Amino acid sequence: MKSIRIAGGLGFYGDSWRPVKASIERGNVQYVSSDHLAELTLAILQKDRQRDPNLGYTRDFAPMLLDLLPIAIPQGVKFILNAGGLNPMAAREALLNALRKFGIKLKVGVVLGDSVLERLDELQETGVSLAHMDTGAGIATVRDSLLFASAYLGARPLVEALDAGADIVLTGRVADAALFLAPMMHELGWRWDDWDKLAQGIVVGHLLECSGQATGGNFGGDWRSIPDLAHIGYPIAEVWENGDAVISKAPGTGGRVNFDTLREQLLYEVHDPQHYLTPDVDVDMTTVQLEEIAPDEVRVSGATGRPAPEMLKIVAGYEDGVMGQAMLGYAWPDALAKAQSAAQIIQQQMVEVGLKTEEVVVEYMGLDSIHGPLADLTHAKNLNEVYLRIAVRCADKKEAAKLGRLFPPLALSGPPFIGGAGGMIEPRGLLGIWPTLAPRSVIEEYVRVSVEES
Amino acid sequence: MKKQLVELAHARSGDKGDIASIALFAPDRTTYDLLVREVTLERVRAHFEGIVFGEVERFEVPNVLALNFVLHGALNGGASRSLRSDALGKSLSSALLRMEIGLHQ
Repeated sequence: MKSIRIAGGLGFYGDSWRPVKASIERGNVQYVSSDHLAELTLAILQKDRQRDPNLGYTRDFAPMLLDLLPIAIPQGVKFILNAGGLNPMAAREALLNALRKFGIKLKVGVVLGDSVLERLDELQETGVSLAHMDTGAGIATVRDSLLFASAYLGARPLVEALDAGADIVLTGRVADAALFLAPMMHELGWRWDDWDKLAQGIVVGHLLECSGQATGGNFGGDWRSIPDLAHIGYPIAEVWENGDAVISKAPGTGGRVNFDTLREQLLYEVHDPQHYLTPDVDVDMTTVQLEEIAPDEVRVSGATGRPAPEMLKIVAGYEDGVMGQAMLGYAWPDALAKAQSAAQIIQQQMVEVGLKTEEVVVEYMGLDSIHGPLADLTHAKNLNEVYLRIAVRCADKKEAAKLGRLFPPLALSGPPFIGGAGGMIEPRGLLGIWPTLAPRSVIEEYVRVSVEES
Repeated sequence: MKKQLVELAHARSGDKGDIASIALFAPDRTTYDLLVREVTLERVRAHFEGIVFGEVERFEVPNVLALNFVLHGALNGGASRSLRSDALGKSLSSALLRMEIGLHQ
């Protein structure tokens, strides 16, 4: 029975590709599918594109490919990456230029049409409300501050690019797991209404899309039992024609693939496990079986699927104020009391200088900044050290910067102080996320695929 | 007799916009049944008071001995607009493990 082997690439913009190299060198893979776009990555890319219209893609992808291609090309390994971000065309131009510079001849496919920011009026005219998917709120309040709006596409246009001979496929926003489903559809002869096979493909993609999180990274169980995280291997899937799959990792790498590491990833960022909605299939994860068959090898089978949803998800991002923040450290004795006194002084002065805030967060790092009201306060009175962190949401950068300026004087004119933790931090733009839905027909009408040789 | 969940189970949390999800994993079927009985929707909602401001949903996933909790309004508006140190809600999983449950009915 025919099978293909796919390596999980990056899990986000900035992830390491050293484990991907190991998967190519020692994992016998034919494809690498790489996820560069977290929900908020597009906001970073939008800022890049505002500065330079030739940017707007994740800039780590070309150095990564240039590093991996010398070992990938002799083995015929193909790459599928959503590194195109908001500007897949510019990403391809950058890549083609780099490939030509090194005399590398490859076909690069690009998938366009996920970005709908310029088409929002048109969508609304065709009756799409663009109301917030979770709250039902109307989009009018944020319409003018939108920075991007991208639909999650499915695997079809990616398969089209592979069918046209692309060695590298660059996309913008697509469902993360679609990056993995695409080579399966291209190679294994599945039909687009083989719902159970599509569901298996999505489950495998979902297990691989967060790089080291499937192989023992971020493991919530006995994390000490995971060997050699310094040399972690990223997950590799072998997928057969009948949909069955085995997840493993390259020999000689660190990390662990077992029932526990994979089941944590299976449900990661999943809401209703019986309806994991993707553009290509509605997946039921409650029928999935994970079975350890050898050390670091787990068989994945049994996923079931229902017809793909009629609506596609769009995620838009809008400017939502600016965060100012600052920190100060205090030592035993009475570390917390000192920090609390400093917080009181700062908050008093915030009022006196007329700092206009929409929200204020006061945290005591080392005590409750992570678990908030659930933190265990048993030792609160006897802490060795604690850091006061105050964060504010303001309308603009100028206002937010006022907070930081209140902190330095406390070094000499506040409770006995230790200093140290970064003090004033540059204000940072905040971004609201606006998830909404649109009928697939009005999105897919604009999806285009093109393949060009370097 | 009571035990903290951290002694019985492991968990991982993730984020989508302002919604956090936490999957809680049992080591065996007996513990899974215990979690289904004790870690109820109401208890989880009460546990996260002051952190989670929207609806809480619970899903049973017996094939991997897990309970999946979906917490709406859990992330101060979402990672990219949150003022919190743990903007992504990565630690909500361990916060759930602080819950104490009874071992016998």
